[in-house]
Amino acid sequence: MTDATHLRLAAEGAGPQFYMTEEHHPENGTLLGFWIYLMSDCLIFAVLFATYGVLGRNYAGGPTGAQIFALPTVAVNTTLLLLSSITYGMAMVACQEGRAKATLGCLAITGLFGCGFLGLELSEFRHLIADGAGPQRSAFLSSFFTLVGTHGLHVTFGVVWLVTLMVQVSQRGLTETNRRRLMCLSLFWHFLDVIWIGVFSFVYLLGVM
Amino acid sequence: MNADATTHPDHGPEAPHATRKSYLTGFMLAAVLTAVPFWLVLTQPLGAPGATALIVMGLAAVQVVVHMIFFLHMNSRSEGGWNLLALLFTLLLVVIVLTGSLWVMHHLNVNMMPATPEMTREMP
Repeated sequence: MTDATHLRLAAEGAGPQFYMTEEHHPENGTLLGFWIYLMSDCLIFAVLFATYGVLGRNYAGGPTGAQIFALPTVAVNTTLLLLSSITYGMAMVACQEGRAKATLGCLAITGLFGCGFLGLELSEFRHLIADGAGPQRSAFLSSFFTLVGTHGLHVTFGVVWLVTLMVQVSQRGLTETNRRRLMCLSLFWHFLDVIWIGVFSFVYLLGVM
Repeated sequence: MNADATTHPDHGPEAPHATRKSYLTGFMLAAVLTAVPFWLVLTQPLGAPGATALIVMGLAAVQVVVHMIFFLHMNSRSEGGWNLLALLFTLLLVVIVLTGSLWVMHHLNVNMMPATPEMTREMP
């Protein structure tokens, strides 16, 4: 619209007329903002994956991936995380239907799966370090512990956040604010599962071959 | 907030309208896409490690897309397309970081001067 048009409209006393020809703008930018955060997190993981890709075969005479990775444990871990994703999905469905009790139940199961995942991962780390395959052993192990550890740290904070939201929902119910928070955590939790796809494929499955 | 907003019934936090069915579909697909690479690596039915590695990474990429669509509810319309735009930009950066690092460091390794016997002896 040119200045001339503006002037003419003002002169006619009509004022500028706005109408949307497409879907209207989101009222609440939280989800978009959180998505942007996740994308920046994605870049952190990209850098860690690149580091692992570069250093992943530098064993320095130490153990190789084929010697230290236990695929059955990784398969169980992957299953736990995938199951936690679907139970979180069910929590979101229950939340949309306004059933607070069901939401809390699904969230609790999700948290248990998350804790199971963390427990298995920590015991794997403990065994590796006890066997002398700690992060200081070789570049391969340093990058491995950094990548998988960062993911585990994210899951830990996800569980903390999940417990916080369970308290919030049980105290205040499924208010609009709590729904928005649950949606953000939903994005976070599913995003961690997406990162784990990269970890189990690139690090573990390719590492044992 | 104008009066028009009251005519929209769904004006809570913009709900992606996830359904039980879409989650279960995504879960089934994800389970298959997880099981197949594990089976490929554990039993090695192909014989050639290179082909297995390629298929494992391919299936991982497909599974990421499945998770994006069914769990993260990505589509070209969510948040007016800004979600997708941010994702595509991030993917561009990820591709540059990954291929760039691997490419540069691979060439650095290949073109490294071979170690002489004296150098090997003096290595820690």
